[in-house]
Amino acid sequence: MRTERVVLHFPKHLADKPVIVNLVRKFDLDFNILKATITPDEEGVMVLEITGEEENFQKGIKYLKDLDVKIQPLSQDVIWDEEKCTHCSYCVNYCPTKALQRDKETYLVKFDPQKCTTCGICVDICPYKAMEIRLIV
Amino acid sequence: MAKTIEEINEKIRQGKAVVVTAEEMIDIVREKGVEKAAREVDVVTTGTFGMMCSSGIYFNIGHTKPRIKLGGGKVYLNNVPAYAGYAAVDIFLGATALPEDDPRNRYYPGKFVYGGAHVIEELVSGKDILLTAITYGTDCYPRKTLSAYINIKDLNEAVLFNVRNAYQNYNVAVNLSNKTIYTYLGMLRPNLGNANYSSAGQLSPLLNDPFYKTIGIGTRIFLGGGIGYIVWHGTQHDPSVIRGENGVPRRGAGTIAVIGDLKQMSPKWLKGASIIGYGVSLSVGIGVPIPVLDEEIAFYTSVKDEEIYAPVVDYSKAYPEREPEVIAEVNYKELRSGEIEILGKKVPTNSLSSYAKAREIANILKEWIKEGKFLLTKPSAPIPGPESGIKFKPFSGRELKEEVGSK
Repeated sequence: MRTERVVLHFPKHLADKPVIVNLVRKFDLDFNILKATITPDEEGVMVLEITGEEENFQKGIKYLKDLDVKIQPLSQDVIWDEEKCTHCSYCVNYCPTKALQRDKETYLVKFDPQKCTTCGICVDICPYKAMEIRLIV
Repeated sequence: MAKTIEEINEKIRQGKAVVVTAEEMIDIVREKGVEKAAREVDVVTTGTFGMMCSSGIYFNIGHTKPRIKLGGGKVYLNNVPAYAGYAAVDIFLGATALPEDDPRNRYYPGKFVYGGAHVIEELVSGKDILLTAITYGTDCYPRKTLSAYINIKDLNEAVLFNVRNAYQNYNVAVNLSNKTIYTYLGMLRPNLGNANYSSAGQLSPLLNDPFYKTIGIGTRIFLGGGIGYIVWHGTQHDPSVIRGENGVPRRGAGTIAVIGDLKQMSPKWLKGASIIGYGVSLSVGIGVPIPVLDEEIAFYTSVKDEEIYAPVVDYSKAYPEREPEVIAEVNYKELRSGEIEILGKKVPTNSLSSYAKAREIANILKEWIKEGKFLLTKPSAPIPGPESGIKFKPFSGRELKEEVGSK
């Protein structure tokens, strides 16, 4: 089994087509929509957690790519700037998925992009702008 | 046997001084006792890093050709208004200043993306800063406008001057209302959703010298990555608050005013901060060495997080209305665990000051002293303690109230 969080960028011409449902119908993949937005240019951006057998997973990704959907791992779109971070840990208890955590010994903050659902609360509250989400490329 | 600062400095010069951080002192006193610790340890280093609004810088840009008198005119640094009411070319910039076109909280909660503190951080980083000015001309200062990039390396004096820093203890903020509020202690979720605090606790300078017995006017300190000095007690200095049996204040108490050469400092220890829904502030790193002159000081410097109690205050009503209610008292060990219990509810805690950075500062100062690069100073005057009778007074101005319906 494989679980990945990915960012999908849908071109304009797919806006009115059923796409994600085929991940279930054709490839037996589970998905959990973490975020979905339409940009001003009518491109769709969706953050998805996909779970399934490795072979099905690969087929599902190929299906999306063949449709012209651009796929990126979520970790490429969520940026924790360690230079800007002061490790105050203010963000830690606001993070709903514990993607941001504080080490109990060193008091240093760590970010695990695999746990992030891009809710964006850390982006709003970080006083040092150490968190950034770039979902639209 | 009591030691003097001169004796400790002599040991520092010879590379023989025993210097430990305030965290390390806790274990030393526990293992060896106060008496032995006082004999063996010469200096305890402390540190704190967090938002300290009452910060500012002043600098002198030198005289333009032809000359301009900025005093009496308007001056902006990267569009952030600065104060030039001193003289011709001396400028003061406060950390909380905002560009005039910043929407502030009009689109609530405001983002406050850029202000005085960010200009300070950029200036310290060595970036060019746009200075724009408009003023009036005189016979000796005929020029009326100026638009130029300035750089810290070309300035004459560039000085950080903070009127109130390193608070001795502070409130823990909670929200008892049923809507989210945005405060200088961060975003507070409704119905006791979280509790926010800002102190380095056992590492914090004034909590390791609760009666200001070694810290005074003239004390040399780590300031923003360089060397600075304590120049006065800070504004809102309130030494007469209730204290625990260990002498540690249980409310926000003492503060210090500090000064230092901005050119020595680093953006690592002076950082612009944007507080959503509140404003802009500057995060400052401060470290203060405490000479272990006797057993009493050894005892004070061994204070632990679990022995420091902070008041929990409702920032939805009690704080803004200036009501004196304290909901509960919690200690820093509980706060730092990530969860406290208030009114029977488990509440997650968030820190706005960086304990990791406080620890780093205490260690840097320790190394400076061990290497003989940093000698201790004997204060030229004390900062006022409880015996001074100083109490922080609420506003007592006579407000002018408009008469309603008089006509």
